[in-house]
Amino acid sequence: MSDLPPIALPPDTRSPDASLAQRLLRDPLGLVSLVFLGVVVLAAVFAPLLTSHDPGVAVLQDVLGDPGDGHLLGGDSAGRDVFARLLYGSRFSLLGAALALAVAVLVGGVSGLVAGYFGKWFDTLASGAAAVLMALPGMVVLLAARSVIGSSAWWAMAIFGILLSASVFRLVRQTVQSVRNELYVDAARVAGLSDLRIIFRHVLRVVRAPIIIQAGFIASVAIAIQAGLEFLGLGDMSIPTWGSMLNDGFSRIYQQPLLILWPSLTIALVCLALTLVANALRDALESTSSRRRAVTLAVPVDTVDETSPAAGTAPTADDDRTVLRVEGLRVGYAMPDGSTKEIVHGIDLDVRRGEVVGLIGESGSGKTQSAFAVMKLLPEGGGILGGRVLWKGRDLARLSERDMTRIRGKEIAYVPQEPMSNLDPSFTIGTQLVEPMRIHLGLNRAQARTRAIELLGRVGIQNPERVFRSHPHQVSGGMAQRVLIAGAISCEPELLIADEPTTALDVTVQADILDLLRDLQDDFDMGVLLVTHNFGVVADLCDRVAVMREGHIVERGSTRDIFVAHEHPYTTQLFDAILTPENTRHPYQAPYLPTAPRTEASTS
Amino acid sequence: MVTFLARRLLTGIAMLLVISALAFVLLYLTGTDIARSLLGDNASEAAVALRAQQLGLDDPLLSRYADWLGGAVQGDLGTSWFSGAPVIDVLGSRLGVTLSLVVISTLISAVVATTLGVWAAVRRGWVDRVVQFVSLGGAAVPNYLIALGLVTLFAINLGWFAPTGYTRPEDSIGKWAASITLPVLALTIGCIAGTAQQVRSAMIDALRQDYVRTLRSRGLSQRSVIYKHVLRNAAGPGLSVLALQFVGLLGGAVIIEQMFAVPGLGSLSVSSTVQGDIPVIMGVVVVVAIIVIVVNVIIDIAHGWLNPKARVS
Repeated sequence: MSDLPPIALPPDTRSPDASLAQRLLRDPLGLVSLVFLGVVVLAAVFAPLLTSHDPGVAVLQDVLGDPGDGHLLGGDSAGRDVFARLLYGSRFSLLGAALALAVAVLVGGVSGLVAGYFGKWFDTLASGAAAVLMALPGMVVLLAARSVIGSSAWWAMAIFGILLSASVFRLVRQTVQSVRNELYVDAARVAGLSDLRIIFRHVLRVVRAPIIIQAGFIASVAIAIQAGLEFLGLGDMSIPTWGSMLNDGFSRIYQQPLLILWPSLTIALVCLALTLVANALRDALESTSSRRRAVTLAVPVDTVDETSPAAGTAPTADDDRTVLRVEGLRVGYAMPDGSTKEIVHGIDLDVRRGEVVGLIGESGSGKTQSAFAVMKLLPEGGGILGGRVLWKGRDLARLSERDMTRIRGKEIAYVPQEPMSNLDPSFTIGTQLVEPMRIHLGLNRAQARTRAIELLGRVGIQNPERVFRSHPHQVSGGMAQRVLIAGAISCEPELLIADEPTTALDVTVQADILDLLRDLQDDFDMGVLLVTHNFGVVADLCDRVAVMREGHIVERGSTRDIFVAHEHPYTTQLFDAILTPENTRHPYQAPYLPTAPRTEASTS
Repeated sequence: MVTFLARRLLTGIAMLLVISALAFVLLYLTGTDIARSLLGDNASEAAVALRAQQLGLDDPLLSRYADWLGGAVQGDLGTSWFSGAPVIDVLGSRLGVTLSLVVISTLISAVVATTLGVWAAVRRGWVDRVVQFVSLGGAAVPNYLIALGLVTLFAINLGWFAPTGYTRPEDSIGKWAASITLPVLALTIGCIAGTAQQVRSAMIDALRQDYVRTLRSRGLSQRSVIYKHVLRNAAGPGLSVLALQFVGLLGGAVIIEQMFAVPGLGSLSVSSTVQGDIPVIMGVVVVVAIIVIVVNVIIDIAHGWLNPKARVS
């Protein structure tokens, strides 16, 4: 929607942590997980206060004892208290995971920072090392390491930390590289800040959140693999750990199945909680997008308000050349809190055959949303809230998606704003042109191919056969827009909806594209709804124009009338926003008349 | 494409050299007296010295690595210190078992995860939330705990499968399938969970692209847009995830094979670690590295085929 390139601002520096924590606390699963982890940590710290039993003392009569009777969870195969072992075991499991985490974050974080910020030979070397580390399954490396260093859990976790550091390295390096190229970092550099100050003030702040999220996943994996080693009987059997309890329980699974339940449950819940906290953090960080997703289907998309003022009035065919008549169209989006925000407040609009109607307004005025609503192609969460979209006697607002599919492309076609992102990068241009013609016109592959190449020639492409075979990344922006126009007119639609068709193009190409649109409109006798923010384009192409602002049409009329005598102050503002002979000091430009020379088109 | 392949192959070989050299140095640099620990405390000094000489433990590390590498290139990875069998034969008999477990798991995961991920991304709403939550849980819980649950339920309580043991497919296809069902299931659940999440987000990313709206504006059916265009564009990220999951499965197979007494590379690496059979461990590391590198090259080729931009460069 925005017509300006987005301006890169430093991330909100007020108190990102505070707001992140607040958002995290609103996620019930994340909160429960966080509380659970807190309880586990407390249980580990205060283990001696929670049980009077020694985890290492074996009592013969307690062997495989049932829960209760002085032993909360019974006794293990050697007669040791299971509850005590679980509590004391959490000390080693948590400390082991903390060690792996510390090594991973320290090694991966520092090397990622250096590689991402300074690059050069260190980047090459470290990236290679990370690739090697990531190529090996951790368990195999740990087993190999164990045969050298013995059964020390600490060594194993330190080595595992190094293996995991590769993932931290990649994350940090990538984040730092993207931050380094931000404008505000350039600005800081120009302002004379040293690299060290820039790293501390700007880079670390951005890297922190992804590292915290990654830490949750790393801790979870570390606990899992540590317990896995002990489960295999390869850990340090002299200390109580969750994994050695698994090992003990598995060997007695027929005699005392409960024995394996406790450590399994503990490990599973701790791993799950760590992952859920990390996930909740990530959601909180991307809060707007993820929340928006969740409510998408709750929107009353396509449920049309029958009581809207326009409903009930018969489609008055005052002019038999009218193809599209929009009455009281209201468009809205679902908001994260469940409410609906209306952005187009009941607009009326009609387009006749062979006529170009301009819909003009600034970014956010609702002009593009209105155009999407006519084709029922609103983005996720958007829908028509009321009004009618009358197309040859049928109300598109109430039409099923299936029937809409038959109308789109065949009767109403669309030319987008940004040519490069509107072609599917994975398929050749030819494939994308042929597909709709085979559906709508019933052509076979060869016929569709011939027609596609003809169309490419018709829209002014020099070497249509080569372009037909090309992939989108192999053609220029101007050529891509010609391809998109060829695609739009391929099934001879009666209405063409063009959304800022020249905004993303080079100034020199804009005029050619407008010429082409005018030619095609004449040839095919199409109606055109042209969405634009540029009065130059309106003057060049449009018969009639509607001025839109904040979801309302504030002024409408023939292009000549609007140019000569507009009434609404907003229209005046739009006129003032473009270059005029008075404010350019170049006296050669013609005044604003519908027949103004095309140079107007480039003054955006 | 040919230069691209050649470059990837060269990188793979370089990587293999680095990994084998590192593994060799670390494994043989051990402070313990290998000959002594092999022969036991009662052996005479002379016998230990003789054994050390036989094993070539007295030579400088570098020349020993050169010897090993020279042999490895010709398919000789040395002999096991314990069984005396050539390492390559020991590995060979077990490689197929592990590969069949891991490849079957990967294929099942790819199909199920893609189905779930696409379903969640297209339907959204409650379907999406259920898939997300289940896959988060499935990925978080270690696979050996999933295996424990499966053994308890299907082997011990229901008695549908034997809790452990492995039948070779040459002996009986049906029994072989039964013997790997639980191990494959245990490996697959976590893999599906991790992959489905990534497929879901790749699909959602692809669904949000501008060209999706343009394709729909041409009158293409929802099905063609989703299954032809969006899925094709989401396939690249999906493949990358699958490659990572494959490496994860090779690691996961270690514990799963040991639990179910499946005679694969994983259980071999556990037993040779316990015995300190360094030539075998070295062989396992090298073979696993080769598998991973080959899989990555295959994935790279698939990427090139999927993504026209990569094909050109």
